[in-house]
Amino acid sequence: MKEKEIEDELVSIRSMMERSSKFISLSGLSGILAGVYALVGAGFIYYFIYVSVPDYYQITENTTPIKGLFYGSNGEIFYAGFDYNLQKILLTAFLVLFASVGTGVFLSARKAKRKEQPIWSSTSRALLFHMATPLLTGGILILILIAHRNYEIAAPAMLIFYGLALISASSYTFSMVKYLGLCEIILGLIAACLPGYGLLFWAIGFGVLHIIYGSMMYFKYDR
Amino acid sequence: MKVPFEKLDKAFENRLRLQIMSVLMVNDRYDFNSLKELLDTTDGNLASHLKGLEKEEYIMVYKAFLGRKPNTTYEATEKGKAAFKQHLNALEQLIKQQKTK
Repeated sequence: MKEKEIEDELVSIRSMMERSSKFISLSGLSGILAGVYALVGAGFIYYFIYVSVPDYYQITENTTPIKGLFYGSNGEIFYAGFDYNLQKILLTAFLVLFASVGTGVFLSARKAKRKEQPIWSSTSRALLFHMATPLLTGGILILILIAHRNYEIAAPAMLIFYGLALISASSYTFSMVKYLGLCEIILGLIAACLPGYGLLFWAIGFGVLHIIYGSMMYFKYDR
Repeated sequence: MKVPFEKLDKAFENRLRLQIMSVLMVNDRYDFNSLKELLDTTDGNLASHLKGLEKEEYIMVYKAFLGRKPNTTYEATEKGKAAFKQHLNALEQLIKQQKTK
């Protein structure tokens, strides 16, 4: 056996191990776009919670309306905006979710095609399963909590469950996903300590972090 | 120095067999169709090499049905994993020797 042959052999082993166990067609660009959608969505939700609430609805006996980003800690007004615009807020959140997932699937499928890799392989199925389990658990739990008017736990819980989903899926794709997951969990725990600031942390976690991570992925792997 | 050619596993002489084993080292189970797609090979070729590995008891075969479609999955045995590791070590030693020559 010549040295060249042995090296070829080792290269093919390594590539099979990677390609069979990691989904490497995940698109960085879709991360950036998901971040942009989240920021736009957060802008709308801010408007629904804090601005577009009629005065008669938010002024109760004990509260005076204060305008500003962080007056969510003023419980009455925070709840008023949520109660009044709940449907619009949920609709915005779902639109952001669908747009992000849709873009992610579309761009990853395109990248898979370019790399001549199957998009629906046993690896991408494993990735999806390990991602969906924590995500659906969290999603259903949050809907239950919102139905009980526990609004301030929604943002931290979303960040934490999303982080857990990323970590559980990360062994099937780029290891960078694991660090994104850790950041989301830390952010979610901080947000849980600061009730009322949820939207701000939500915008950082789903908006800013996705844009940073997406651009890192894009420059490292997409091109 | 003696070249440890005899340590190289005959069962892995074929590139495709080595690749099948690589896939099964990092995945608990892998099904036939995914293997075929990943290794970009034909049904017959893949089946005959899988049979070869099965004969050596390097892999386990699980036959099941998904609806009406047969779904066959493969798993590396402990014996197979050990043999694969030994084969890799032998390759590594060969490289080292050729570098020092």
